Amino acid sequence: MNELLILNGYVYDPLNGIEGERADISIRDGKVVESVGTGAKIIDASGMIVMPGGVDIHSHIAGSKVNAGRILRPEDHEKDVERHTAITRAGTGHSIPSTFTTGYRYAKLGYTTVFEPATPLLKARHTHEELDDTPIVDKGCFPLFGNDWRTMEYLRQGQLEECAAYVAWMLRATKGYAIKIVNPGGVEAWGWGRYLVGLEDRVPNFDITPREIVRGLCKVNKMLHLPHTIHVHTNDLAKIGNYQTTIDTMDSVRDLSSDSKPVIHITHVQFTGRTGSAWHSVGSGAPEIADYVNKHGHVTADMGQVVFMNTTTMTADGGFQYMLYQLSGNKWMNFDVEVETGAGIVPYRYRRNNYVNAVQWGIGLELALLIKDPWRVYMTTDHPNGGDFTKYPKIICWLMSRKAREKSLARINSIARNKLDLPDIDREYSFSEIAVVTRAGTANALGLKEKGHLGVGADADVAVYNINPTKIDPSRDYRLVRRALKKAAFTIKDGRTVVKNGEIVETPIGRTYWVDSAVSEDLNAKVESQMRKTFAQYYTVQMDNYAMADSELANSNRIKVKAEV
Amino acid sequence: MTILSKTIIPNVICTFCGSTCDDLQVTVEDEKVLSVRSGCSSSLSKYLNYNADRYLSPLVRKDGELRDATYDDAVCRSAEILANAKYPLLYGWSSTSNEASRAGIELAEWVGGVIDNTTTVCHGPTLLGVHDIGEVSASLGEIMHRADLVVYWGSNPVHSHPHHIMRYTSMSTGRFRLSKKNRTMVVVDVRRTDTAKLADQFIQITPNGDYELMCALRMAIRGDELEQDVISGVPAEKIEELAELMVSCQFGVIFFGLGLTMTQGRHRNVDVALSLVRDLNARTKFLIMPMRGHFNVAGANEVSAWVTGFPYAVDLSQGYPRYNPGDTTAVDVLVRGDCDAALVVASDPVASFPIEVSRHLAKIPVITIDPHPSATTPISEVVFPTTVVGIETGGCIYRMDGVAIMTRPVVSPPPGLHSDVEILRDILAHVKKLKAGQQA
Repeated sequence: MNELLILNGYVYDPLNGIEGERADISIRDGKVVESVGTGAKIIDASGMIVMPGGVDIHSHIAGSKVNAGRILRPEDHEKDVERHTAITRAGTGHSIPSTFTTGYRYAKLGYTTVFEPATPLLKARHTHEELDDTPIVDKGCFPLFGNDWRTMEYLRQGQLEECAAYVAWMLRATKGYAIKIVNPGGVEAWGWGRYLVGLEDRVPNFDITPREIVRGLCKVNKMLHLPHTIHVHTNDLAKIGNYQTTIDTMDSVRDLSSDSKPVIHITHVQFTGRTGSAWHSVGSGAPEIADYVNKHGHVTADMGQVVFMNTTTMTADGGFQYMLYQLSGNKWMNFDVEVETGAGIVPYRYRRNNYVNAVQWGIGLELALLIKDPWRVYMTTDHPNGGDFTKYPKIICWLMSRKAREKSLARINSIARNKLDLPDIDREYSFSEIAVVTRAGTANALGLKEKGHLGVGADADVAVYNINPTKIDPSRDYRLVRRALKKAAFTIKDGRTVVKNGEIVETPIGRTYWVDSAVSEDLNAKVESQMRKTFAQYYTVQMDNYAMADSELANSNRIKVKAEV
Repeated sequence: MTILSKTIIPNVICTFCGSTCDDLQVTVEDEKVLSVRSGCSSSLSKYLNYNADRYLSPLVRKDGELRDATYDDAVCRSAEILANAKYPLLYGWSSTSNEASRAGIELAEWVGGVIDNTTTVCHGPTLLGVHDIGEVSASLGEIMHRADLVVYWGSNPVHSHPHHIMRYTSMSTGRFRLSKKNRTMVVVDVRRTDTAKLADQFIQITPNGDYELMCALRMAIRGDELEQDVISGVPAEKIEELAELMVSCQFGVIFFGLGLTMTQGRHRNVDVALSLVRDLNARTKFLIMPMRGHFNVAGANEVSAWVTGFPYAVDLSQGYPRYNPGDTTAVDVLVRGDCDAALVVASDPVASFPIEVSRHLAKIPVITIDPHPSATTPISEVVFPTTVVGIETGGCIYRMDGVAIMTRPVVSPPPGLHSDVEILRDILAHVKKLKAGQQA
């Protein structure tokens, strides 16, 4: 029996209504329990904050695109290296850390679960190989369906049930966790070097619109009872005036929600929250988007916050990356994937004195501050697109402290500053709200019942930060908060201490979560035989060599659900 | 009683070249490969002859001669060599699985050496070009479905990648291109190769003329006038014609081989090729892809990149990854005589490196892990015979376009033989013990 007692901390467990009360957390064999025996190991958390381990809903940490970014940028790694020790592996940063370094750095921040949000189905095996080499954290990946030929064909023909069975098959084959949609239909158009605009353009050769793809997959998601909603990167990303496309996309599935339950997650909304008609008139669409989210319960969102730094942008949205290459003149990678999707990578530096970059910075923060319900907006940088994940403590300070925001506002482009609503926003997040947007809310959105809280039965993933909330006012002393959040005093993963005083002390292998949604045998057999007929025409890989076996994962964690079909 | 019968195993993944065909049918009887269908000549030759001419026991040098040794002795000796070396080189990795590469990098971290893969002598310049410019590429199926213009530049796939043209490019059947009639194939090379004989157009250039010709093409595409009449042996009109063909196609692709990377200009040739394709995307859809040679050289790069940040030539002697091709590349480390031990996995540097390198290798203790005797085995201190990936043992490998495929064994290996992964993990475990002892 492996027992641990975290004594006397100020516990923030918003799911269970605990807001900074002094309490002990008892842990046995990797789970939170009522109490432990006298022989339990003790962590003294007096004067410290205790939270569930962080859960990142959207961070590009593994897979062919991330690795292409690593190969593209030796200059990014040279300045940020990690030594090999008896416990830890060597590695490099900076904006695209190597896999082992990624795991360690997340653990140091007190994060224990991370989801890779864009996996080409054909390359899922690569993603999982990298995730296996990403230690400590639990993880999973979202395969890409929004430009997949078969998905589009089934949806065009109105064969929803077949489409659902197909998606279920693919999730099993790729060991995927949720349905990801990137620029629906637009990436297929980019296969020909073309673009789609808005939700009503028709995809070349497939006679279907982005709206039909999003709606179809939203219905499929419900039929399969997947734990997460569809996870959508909208059309028109980074285009001027695209906030309307974001609202249209949200609204396109409004009628599919019952009881105002979330049915769609719009990711990195900062990148799709722009008003204006030309580059000189770009503004923040955050107030409009926040207003929509405040009035409609069927949507969740994450920020995609920009941090002023030199980073690496990467997305399955190949066409967008080409536009960014043209804008920036920086080097450019493109990688289209047969039948399914694409990808692009461009290094990019966000500058505080650049008008558009400064507006982008403001949009992300405005979204988080104007959306009233923290359970429906989450903190991300769309790592590494807006900045790398090690900048999270900085963002938390902007959310918790108006003073911190004012300090940054004073340094950004003045035209952008005058245009943003941000200077007039008084709201400051509490520690409890921070716990929601970084763990409780994300775990809830992902349907991970045993994560994001510290109730009995929860996974014993815990972060302890050396901040005394009764003595420190985060609004004023945000620097102290930032310093403490950068290096967790303790990170506990499955009941084992993995970080102590901001240093790695143990490196277990985390679990890989994937979803097995069981559809009826007849339907599965029908769809499988349809797939078998066309597989050789569509792919350059045989069907039998395509699917991954469970045994290929280092630490497989299958979530079984029963589909409606 | 065992009843021996023929078994036909479908969809076997070929572990020969970077095309990584995955549709072989291998007939097996009594743990022997009898025949192979759907394979090319290279694949046939590999699958039918893999079991000829191999060591069946580890060898360790004693009194100046390589002698049969136990597996444990060979592991101990190897670990001692590596743990005591100041600056060992760990080289090869392109003809084995990712699992082996992963174990190899961990071993390199523990022994503080340089780990480099065979990219260093083939598409190393390609990666240097990518660092500078980026790369516009795709999985091979995209080309099968969409490409109406296929250019092979300094590459002769009829011999190096025999099924490449049939499976993925000019002669394949795709959704939007049904046959050869819907595509144009162009070959640019210094001689009329067998690939050139299949092409709609062959453009013969003078040796080492690639850079100038690529620059001229970039100019022609931008609408600039070519002031010379003949560039790299090609008339200016012909260049303008080719530029026009590239701009007016719907979806084009350039495949390039060592004819570009290992001739004068090297990574500058690749720079200009990558730039040309990037520029073309302002006018039409255009891609480029290196013709990677070994069946898992792409995987060796990928693993190295995700573990260390760098695709090859990684120096771990300072405890952290350092990358400086030309300095940390295997040939340079050996030519300078810097390294004092070497581990060679699935490769034959004595056969493929410059003679100075072999001279230095002969002076230092070398551990070789390979299924077959090679030019490197006779100078080795320890030789591990090993199982063949894709025939006797499984493992993940990456096709030239980075598509990951899991290979499976089709027959059992000879008794007593271990896989690359097992050998490397055993050496690593022993090194860890020795290092702990050294620190204590």
